[in-house]
Amino acid sequence: MTIETIVFVVVALGALAAALTMVLSPNAVHSALLLVGVQVCLAIMFLLQGAFFIAALQVIVYAGAIMVLFVFVVMLLGVDRKEALIEPISFQRPLAIGLGALLLAEGFLIGASELLPRAVAANRAVAGEGNVEAVARVLFTKWAFAFEFTSVTLAVAIVGVMVLAKRDTNS
Amino acid sequence: MTVGPGWYLTLSALLFTIGAVGVLVRRNVIVMFMCIELMLNAVNLTLVTFDRMNLGLDGQVSVFFVLVVAAAEVVVGLAIIVSIFRKRASADADQVNLLKW
Repeated sequence: MTIETIVFVVVALGALAAALTMVLSPNAVHSALLLVGVQVCLAIMFLLQGAFFIAALQVIVYAGAIMVLFVFVVMLLGVDRKEALIEPISFQRPLAIGLGALLLAEGFLIGASELLPRAVAANRAVAGEGNVEAVARVLFTKWAFAFEFTSVTLAVAIVGVMVLAKRDTNS
Repeated sequence: MTVGPGWYLTLSALLFTIGAVGVLVRRNVIVMFMCIELMLNAVNLTLVTFDRMNLGLDGQVSVFFVLVVAAAEVVVGLAIIVSIFRKRASADADQVNLLKW
């Protein structure tokens, strides 16, 4: 039992429990907070695997910025609104669970096949560099164009939100 | 007993399935959206695990791009939800039936 095993088991169980309760909770605010829990658990997973930069991004961008947006919209649309529990299409829930089981089986089938390389190695940063420096080197050399293009994506998203959220003042 | 990449991939598959089932089962659009975020997170875990298996860094760069797209997607999606809410006064997916015949 290495320390990684113990941390992995505890955090993985926490992530699964939080994800399940997130789907099952009728209250949207509870769901949002549980999703923050899942994301923190996944950040610990990234730390375990040596991806320190991604772990920091996960906490700052996902658990910080994106979830604040979610909570803000939940607040804006009203928290007290409960979801109607009567399902109009009677077979939808069993069908959804069946399809989910099928998806999981497919995932395991692919994982068990020889498509995946079997090589297992500990994560090592490039010699003399930490994880952040190594990621930055790849990001700003090999993927520099894609990195610049993300700014276009974000700018387009900002313009789109402006258009969508603008109240029509004429009517 | 050591943790191999298979454990991480299994966890990731389970989280992805929970997210997918959540999108199909829930009808509150905000919670459906959170389930999509959960699926994106599960994929990020897969990418980091593959990175570790291949001793590379490209997967972590991909995670960075997934984060950027997720941020843009959340902003636009929540704006759409708010504008639907203005028209329908409801966050229920069944209320969005304009294209239904």
